Amino acid sequence: MTEHLKMDQVQPRLLDETEQGALHAPMPRPEGPLKVTGTATYAAEWKLDGMAEGFMVRAGITKGRFKVDASSVEDMPGFLGVYTDRMVRNSAQGTAGTNPVQPGDQVQYLGQPIAVAVADTFEQARDIALALKVEYTPDDDAHVVMDDSATYEDDDDALDQGDLDAAMADAAFSVDGMWTTKPHNSAAMEPHATLAQWDGDKLTVRSSLQMLNYNKHEIADSLGIDVKNVRVLSPYVGGGFGSKLGMSPECVAAAVAAKALGRPVRVVLHRNHVFETIVLRTETRQRVRLSCDAEGKLTGIGHENWQANLPDEGMAEPVDLATHLLYGGENRRYGQHVAMLNRPASGSVRAPGEAVGMLALENAMDELAEKVGIDPIELRVKNIPDRHPENGTPFSSHGLKACLEDGAERFGWSQRQAPKARREGEWYIGMGVASAARLNLLMESRARVTLNPDGTALVQTDMTDIGTGTYAILGQIAAEMLGIPAEKVTVELGDSDLPEGPGSGGSWGAASAGSAVFLGAKGIRKKLAERLGCGADELRLQDGVATGGNNRRPLAELMDGPISEEGHLEPGQTDDDFTQSGFGAHFAEVAVNAVTGEVRVRRMLAAMAAGRILNPKTAQSQVWGGQIWGIGTALTEGIEHDPRTGHVVNNDLAEYHVPVNLDVGDLDVMFIDERDDQANPMQVKGIGELGLSGAGAAITNAIYNACGVRVRDYPATPDRIFPHLD
Amino acid sequence: MKPFDYVRASDAAEAHDTAGRIIAGGTNLIDLMKHQIETPSKLVDVTRLDMHEIAPSDDGLRIGALVSNSDLAAHDTVRRDYPVLSRALLSGATGQLRNKATTGGNLMQRTRCPYFYDTAQPCNKRQPGSGCPAMAGVNRILAVLGTSDQCIATHPSDMAVAMRALDARIEVARAGGGTETLPMDDFYVLPGDDPSVETVMQPGDLITAVHLPSAPTGHQTYRKVRDRSSYAFALVSVAAVVDTDGGKITEAALAFGGLAPRPWRDTDVEQVLLGETPSDALFDKAADVLLADAKGHGGNDFKIPLVRRTLKAVLADLTGVTR
Ligand SMILES: Cc1cc2nc3c(=O)[nH]c(=O)nc-3n(C[C@H](O)[C@H](O)[C@H](O)COP(=O)(O)OP(=O)(O)OC[C@H]3O[C@@H](n4cnc5c(N)ncnc54)[C@H](O)[C@@H]3O)c2cc1C
Ligand code: SF4
Repeated sequence: MTEHLKMDQVQPRLLDETEQGALHAPMPRPEGPLKVTGTATYAAEWKLDGMAEGFMVRAGITKGRFKVDASSVEDMPGFLGVYTDRMVRNSAQGTAGTNPVQPGDQVQYLGQPIAVAVADTFEQARDIALALKVEYTPDDDAHVVMDDSATYEDDDDALDQGDLDAAMADAAFSVDGMWTTKPHNSAAMEPHATLAQWDGDKLTVRSSLQMLNYNKHEIADSLGIDVKNVRVLSPYVGGGFGSKLGMSPECVAAAVAAKALGRPVRVVLHRNHVFETIVLRTETRQRVRLSCDAEGKLTGIGHENWQANLPDEGMAEPVDLATHLLYGGENRRYGQHVAMLNRPASGSVRAPGEAVGMLALENAMDELAEKVGIDPIELRVKNIPDRHPENGTPFSSHGLKACLEDGAERFGWSQRQAPKARREGEWYIGMGVASAARLNLLMESRARVTLNPDGTALVQTDMTDIGTGTYAILGQIAAEMLGIPAEKVTVELGDSDLPEGPGSGGSWGAASAGSAVFLGAKGIRKKLAERLGCGADELRLQDGVATGGNNRRPLAELMDGPISEEGHLEPGQTDDDFTQSGFGAHFAEVAVNAVTGEVRVRRMLAAMAAGRILNPKTAQSQVWGGQIWGIGTALTEGIEHDPRTGHVVNNDLAEYHVPVNLDVGDLDVMFIDERDDQANPMQVKGIGELGLSGAGAAITNAIYNACGVRVRDYPATPDRIFPHLD
Repeated sequence: MKPFDYVRASDAAEAHDTAGRIIAGGTNLIDLMKHQIETPSKLVDVTRLDMHEIAPSDDGLRIGALVSNSDLAAHDTVRRDYPVLSRALLSGATGQLRNKATTGGNLMQRTRCPYFYDTAQPCNKRQPGSGCPAMAGVNRILAVLGTSDQCIATHPSDMAVAMRALDARIEVARAGGGTETLPMDDFYVLPGDDPSVETVMQPGDLITAVHLPSAPTGHQTYRKVRDRSSYAFALVSVAAVVDTDGGKITEAALAFGGLAPRPWRDTDVEQVLLGETPSDALFDKAADVLLADAKGHGGNDFKIPLVRRTLKAVLADLTGVTR
């Protein structure tokens, strides 16, 4: 049986009535001990009998055609084969559900996967891959720099509301600036890996992927087989951050080789391959314009961006996503220009849009506040719109003011001084603030919930847990709804044969997959109520005992066998009628070295309003991750492309600098109590990406407050700061 | 990785294998072999040789080539008499790497030039005569001093910079017999026409120890500027030993990392300082001498003003000049 809900109207706050206490508790992740003891099996750790090993071959030119000469390596030790069939150009875009570009003998960027070399051992496969003779016919029309001579695809439908030029001309105060951000890599700890195994027409792919409901289609489509014959297993994912939304190139390579050889084939991407063949976040150039009246009330906002991608990716970084809804002002202009370049493809990396767009917008707000001569918090609060400033819909809930004001209190914002006023030895100390916003999304999802008479339960969906706490919260939701302790619930994820969940991405996992589990359990509650002879709304479940009407019975007595229900959630009218967004405020205190321009983040606070917080521990971890990403975005992370070949120069974790422990100061997180009734039947909103939105801008605003240097080019490495110091 | 033979040397004679390649901690060599930047057909593991000791010598300290970076940094005498070395070591790599990395291996580690690491790119160091893509490419971390028109790579070590300031000498047992103890500037070779040659080491030669002269007088420090607080190579670094007496500088030994193909020392810089009253203007004069021939390549131009600032701050700290 299926319990279905289309989210057309507000649902009762059932989770505020239930009494088990499994939810809202800081439960640790149940799979955590497996992961830290090395007993959770990741994709590259499976071993199958007769398994062969593959290593990807990367293109050595930027553009042209290639031909591999397998005979050049066939005498090498362990050689089993070299395969080029159906090779995909790069990982699939998130929620593509179809094959990525399969360019045949065309090379479109340096580092593109062009073949897989397969051998008995990994070392042999790598040796063969490096020795393979490849004949290239280079084209001379490659373009790798995002300059004026590049070809741009413009967004012709970009909004142009009112007259921004006039608003800027008439403004009492205004800001008009250009910001730049370098490309980012997701840098998940676990590299992409696939073990492919055929049984007749049936293909099993053990891989590290975020969205099995789409990935199975992407794999089937790339291979030209029926999706019914594809099973994807991804029970543990060692970090995704968008890089595993779409099927990765080695999925296809391993499947093709396994088919040809008639034995399982494992292909693990080298870190260099991850940097090149998996979508990265585009570099951006952003022009932000703000105009306001004498009191600081915004009259206009402009946010235009330039970015880059390979042709035919159909994806652009939604740089201005949060700008549309965060602040008022009648005159608004946007624009997006995507340069078509022969460089690794761009796609989703954690918080696509806000991660970089909020840097520019929130820096500009800081600059404007200074010009108006008011506190940056006051400027922001003053400009919170009553309704969506462009489409006029009401907000489903709006916690920005509370986050800014309560956060300021907790952080000690009143201690903030003028730029350069605070110095400790060689270090300038300063504070910065930035708003956070992240559009809330709900996706169609299904999950099966089974309650057993012994008071245990099983939750099953093809949803993945990419380290975010999905195993924990889905178990907690089922436990809360069924009135059993969370330890009694087993959660099975990451198998594409299970009911289709939403996949991990877009911060929609907890809300979407969680709601499907909620509904499945609700279906079971209805049955229990029937059996108890009471109305569903009278039913109370706690510690395996059902109470309702004048009855009180243990589950074992009510049930003669397991009860299984599928929950099915679809987004509905509330999504159209309301603007739904998580909001927050980031605070940072930094120290800037007066000699070298080195920046140290001393402490950060994130105040977050994201609806109901299902598990404060896993939610806090998500926000910590966002804050740390904010540090990386602000200070250390940036891919360098060679200006002639476009290749990723710093294609490893030694030279692509994610923050290390010592870069991370004290992290504080507070949640604003909130229920978002329009969001879903659980009143929760996404939090994973909200924690990053604006976090970097708080840091660079703090840099200005510390030492008086405005950073507009990211990341703010020492060389971008010290030249402006005395 | 190319297939290779492996032997574990049980005595020095076995280590002097002209057909073999020495492996110690392996933290650099194995990476290079995986990428096939280096493709030795035979590895000679020297880690069982008796070169693990730190011992007083006639005039200072003798550090065995196999002493790990962690042990050297933590050694009591080093911390007391050569704190610049201890600090330099601790500023390098990570705890795990320092546990494996050896003194000899650290001296011999190869550049971090990203083009050197990518076999799809030309590189004069990897393939003499193929070209240097770094010069007009991404060269943010590369050298501004001691370069040639063939190569602008830096030597990435922190440890060696401190040793250079301390006038360390490197003890080399030659494959053909005999032992030499070389000052560092005689040990490292500047790129010139052939950047593939980095030291005077010949096949089968073995570094057996590093000698430090007796503890210098004065204050010592190591200051490293980098892109993140740990686990990053130096953008620039300064190792300094400075002493003052009666308001004059009486001792000055300065070595620089991140600037050049070898730990950089220019005694003319020190001459500017010796016998003078420390001041901001004097420090500027020293920096002028250091940087007279400095040449940036775009992305690394910033190193020139950055090392000036860093040097001045270090000198001010060590001489007590208020800034
Ligand atoms: C990610 C990363 C970050 C790092 N960061 C830093 C840093 O910030 N600062 C820093 O200074 N270093 C850094 N390092 C480098 C590290 O210090 C070196 O890799 C290490 O010191 C090399 O020592 P090893 O014993 O492992 O050498 P191996 O890898 O074993 O050998 C390196 C070379 O030395 C030769 N060799 C070794 N011993 C002898 C000997 N006794 N006689 C002759 N030849 C010998 C080998 O043949 C080989 O060519 C980093 C390394 C990594 C991987
Ligand atoms: S700088 Fe030296 S190591 Fe780097 S590419 Fe040029 S020649 Fe090679």
